[in-house]
Amino acid sequence: MAQYKMHLLVCGGTGCRSSESDLIIENLQHSLREKGLENDAQVIKTGCFGFCEQGPIVKVLPDNTFYTGVKPADAAEIVAEHVLKGRKVERLLYKDPEKQMAVSDSKHMGFYRKQIRIALRNCGFIDPENIDEYIARDGYAALAKVLEEMSPEQAIDVIKQSGLRGRGGGGFPTGLKWEIAGKNKADQKYVVCNADEGDPGAFMDRSILEGDPHSIIEAMSICGYCIGATKGLVYIRAEYPLAIKRLQIAIEQARNYGLLGENILGSKHSFDIELRYGAGAFVCGEETALIHSMEGKRGEPTVKPPFPAESGYLEKPTNVNNVETLANIPAIYLRGHEWFASIGTAKSKGTKVFALAGKINNVGLIEVPMGITLREVIFEIGGGIKDGKKFKAVQTGGPSGGCLTEKHLDTPIDFDNLLAVGSMMGSGGMIVMDEDDCMVAVAKFYLEFTVEESCGKCAPCRIGNKRLHELLDKITLGKGTEEDIEQLRNLSVVIKDTALCGLGQTSPNPVLSTLDNFADEYLAHVRDQHCPAGQCKALRQYLILADKCVGCTACTKVCPTGAIAGEKRQAHLIDQAKCIRCGACIEKCKFSAIIIPSTKI
Amino acid sequence: MDTVKLTIDNKEVVVSKGTTVHEAAKQVGIHIPKLCYMNLELLGLENKPAGCRICVVEQEGRRNLAPSCSTTCTEGMVIKTNTPRVLNARKTVLELLLSDHPKDCLICPKSGRCELQDLAVQLGIREIHSVENAEMSTYRKDHSPSIIRDMDKCVMCRRCEMICNNVQTVGALSAVNRGFMSVVAPAFEQDLKDSPCTFCGQCVAVCPTGALTEVDQVQKVIRALTDKTKTVVVQTAPAVRVALGEEFGMAPGTIVTGKMVAALRGMGFKYVFDTDFAADLTIMEEGTELLDRIGRYLKGDKEVKLPILTSCCPAWVNFFEHNYPDMLDVPSTARSPQQMFGSIAKTYLADKLGIKREDMIVVSVMPCLAKKYECQRDEFKVDGNPDVDYAISTRELAHLIREANIDFKTLPDQDFDKPMGESTGAAVIFGTTGGVIEAATRTAYEVFTGNKLPRIDFQELRGLEGIRTATVDFNGTKINIGIAHKLGNARKLLDGIRSGLYNLHAIEIMACPGGCIGGGGQPLHHGKSDVIQARFDAIYREDAAKPIRKSHENPDIIKLYEEFLGKPLSEKSHHLLHTHYFDKKNK
Repeated sequence: MAQYKMHLLVCGGTGCRSSESDLIIENLQHSLREKGLENDAQVIKTGCFGFCEQGPIVKVLPDNTFYTGVKPADAAEIVAEHVLKGRKVERLLYKDPEKQMAVSDSKHMGFYRKQIRIALRNCGFIDPENIDEYIARDGYAALAKVLEEMSPEQAIDVIKQSGLRGRGGGGFPTGLKWEIAGKNKADQKYVVCNADEGDPGAFMDRSILEGDPHSIIEAMSICGYCIGATKGLVYIRAEYPLAIKRLQIAIEQARNYGLLGENILGSKHSFDIELRYGAGAFVCGEETALIHSMEGKRGEPTVKPPFPAESGYLEKPTNVNNVETLANIPAIYLRGHEWFASIGTAKSKGTKVFALAGKINNVGLIEVPMGITLREVIFEIGGGIKDGKKFKAVQTGGPSGGCLTEKHLDTPIDFDNLLAVGSMMGSGGMIVMDEDDCMVAVAKFYLEFTVEESCGKCAPCRIGNKRLHELLDKITLGKGTEEDIEQLRNLSVVIKDTALCGLGQTSPNPVLSTLDNFADEYLAHVRDQHCPAGQCKALRQYLILADKCVGCTACTKVCPTGAIAGEKRQAHLIDQAKCIRCGACIEKCKFSAIIIPSTKI
Repeated sequence: MDTVKLTIDNKEVVVSKGTTVHEAAKQVGIHIPKLCYMNLELLGLENKPAGCRICVVEQEGRRNLAPSCSTTCTEGMVIKTNTPRVLNARKTVLELLLSDHPKDCLICPKSGRCELQDLAVQLGIREIHSVENAEMSTYRKDHSPSIIRDMDKCVMCRRCEMICNNVQTVGALSAVNRGFMSVVAPAFEQDLKDSPCTFCGQCVAVCPTGALTEVDQVQKVIRALTDKTKTVVVQTAPAVRVALGEEFGMAPGTIVTGKMVAALRGMGFKYVFDTDFAADLTIMEEGTELLDRIGRYLKGDKEVKLPILTSCCPAWVNFFEHNYPDMLDVPSTARSPQQMFGSIAKTYLADKLGIKREDMIVVSVMPCLAKKYECQRDEFKVDGNPDVDYAISTRELAHLIREANIDFKTLPDQDFDKPMGESTGAAVIFGTTGGVIEAATRTAYEVFTGNKLPRIDFQELRGLEGIRTATVDFNGTKINIGIAHKLGNARKLLDGIRSGLYNLHAIEIMACPGGCIGGGGQPLHHGKSDVIQARFDAIYREDAAKPIRKSHENPDIIKLYEEFLGKPLSEKSHHLLHTHYFDKKNK
């Protein structure tokens, strides 16, 4: 790298690639050649920068210029102006949504300012398809350190001391997990990387695998050394073709460098990795279901104990860790467990990657220290609510997380705090809702997902979630009763109490948390047949404001049911009985005379 | 043995390590309601997917409720099985199950014997709190020759799947689809008849609801009995007489042969015969075939196929046709007793009675559902007329008797009709695992050695061990015998023969756990080991009580050969009593 004066990092993650980032790279290279600059500036295809909302991203080093929304056609200008003349292309710089000013580099962007990137340390920085770039960033140094300086017990102890907890959702102490798997004697043990990321909107595991696959290989190998396993398996969903490809390249490169295989780095440790593809069932993220799926059986969970650490893949002791958990491992060895434990809260150490989504300005992937507040994440990193709307709720933890409100905004985020307020860390989904979101409809939306993804093994999840969804559907149609609300609550409590696996035990969370935090909204639906957010179509009402209506009759012409009556140049009136709530009138009205009132008329 | 002490509903319990909470509770008289869980220890049939969540209990210090069927007792554990939290959860979950279950109990074949219905009674369900018009998961009904699958009634207990895969290794049934629409079905939800199903009926035997039931032919039998132009003949299999009484509240293992005969005669069957007669005939044919093959083997014939495998069990026949098509020439060619009976009835007996075969209806009462399929096989028909017209199960016979309001328990005993009602103790033990080979040994020994048996009981061939082997000394010639029950064990045995693990001359295989006493058509055992044990013991009691205990000494069999067949393996025998097998692997 040393001979180049400048590096143009172009995001090669799934999101930016869909927006032609490959063509941007081609064009940049072409322009560099045209200007004879190919030995001065290097174009590197990196993993995800996290700021997906504004992709494709091109970052220029060494000055950290952060170009957003770059199009292939912009490549020539970047080269001609920035590379050749040292002048930043102003129009492509990120604009602060509040100040409406261009931000010259990533160091000054609110999105990055509060982030601490450990798991994502190499994402958006190195070429994931080049092992040398990983090694240049101290890659495989942790493995070397462990193999040379530590016994498996000592190495496990480092992870225990670090306080690292599983990032896949459970939050189980990783070091303890390793210790248990290590203590169980067997002729063969397995290290499994759970890359079956299935939460809607969450893509941290994909980004890590796409942006820094070697960190996972290195961590798995270390884990293998610690627990006495020589075989590693990555269970990855087939819907992640790019992650699969990069992982395959990385495995091949590691094998060629002797970093996978027999007697790694001259030690007695041997380790190799195979990939196993998942077909996309959400429940296969549950470790016992994942193991059954890898064994070629139906992907459904079984009762624990026995835990995989005792009897897992092919009934051998198996350690299953999530991608993000593993991505932290090399850093802990290199920088020390004290350093890692110094970040975060009393019981949740280090950082957590969140996928910010919903009605928020900066949609993307962020890594923040444990203990940061929801407020900081949403309003500082996330840049606040879209279109200046009012914040209403944030759902953390994926489809089975709870919906938290204004009053929870100053809660420091960690495993235990989120559980205490009725939500969870989950794998780090964070979906922000604004005043236009109906919380009954939100709960229904998530139940739709869990109904779809239930494996069907246990009755409460198989049938109970279906009934929850039916009840919610009934309420959103304005046909619900207060008894239905009672029924919702009882059913939710029982499903949580009786379901077999984590999926069913958490799937009622969106219902319970919205019942707790938005009881009025439920009551409005069943008592007044009214949806305060105006989202439930069946309950929506359209009203013509007499003082604004000029009687142009445009609305009467588009109304498919003849529900609008009125003379020319006279204020019109909507017959609520005839109205089918199609919304054609509101779109047609040029005078903003038609509204959806927030209280029942 | 290591023990652990725990408290269940304030009672202290000491159990051996590894015991589940459900079993521990049972030891102190607490019967926790359950649905999917089944544990028939005697036969090693255990199902505990922990899927129904009915057996949940409260465990001190645990966040959620614990499924007692699959929670192992630990030292100092405190369990509560009936707190309001538990009761509410259990009832709510049961209501959920019922909300997705048809409510046509009145006409359900399982009504009165349905574990879901019993649970609804026990938990006092009066109302199903659910959304009006809650969606039900519905599926296409599947009719096969033996089994009806009405999966609308499936509660996903997975017992059938466990039996079909783990016990029988047939692999016809597994869970398909996901979530609300998940159900147990053959691959791609094809029909059972197009799957590798052997119709052993063990799935039916363990199904708690009306999802899996037998094809009910009671009505057809009644119609036949009303037809004045037909002579209706009935045969009853050995295992039926030791189980039928259970359907009428009699203790398991009660031998009801005489009452059964009386009931059948009372219902209008013209002749009540015994499949045992045909079992004796089977021994004559199969035993002779065994001796023939061994004789040729001892003379150095390298072509001879050994071990010889029994062929009485129709599910086993289906199993090897599906799974071992390369070994079709290994099993005995002897037809099963049911089919030998039908064949002789519609020739020898019809001639004797002076009626045409078309005017004779042969009904068989079997502990088996595969017999329904077997009697429909084309090779057992003459010009489209089957040798056996209807095979009804023990359960269907019980229905028929109840329908005819016969007070079964007080019926005076009656005897079978002649000539096809005479049988020996050897025939009776066909009803349990090891019985066929013991019966064959009794005859083969005497024929081979020319000596009288020094002892009739071959204890070494008896038992409920899944795979058993024994060597019987035929006056200096050692005959190695293998026995397997449950098709998974049959597979192990056959694979063991291929790999050279076993060196055997003769093998008996029965598909069902315990043999016919545990057949798919028997009264439902509901997972109770003592029921099976009692039937097992009764079979040998019946044998011991018989005046004649060796098939070749059955006087009516001797007469049949004199008058009609000539000798075993004669041309007539070949035509009427033997069969051939088909490759079903690629069908």
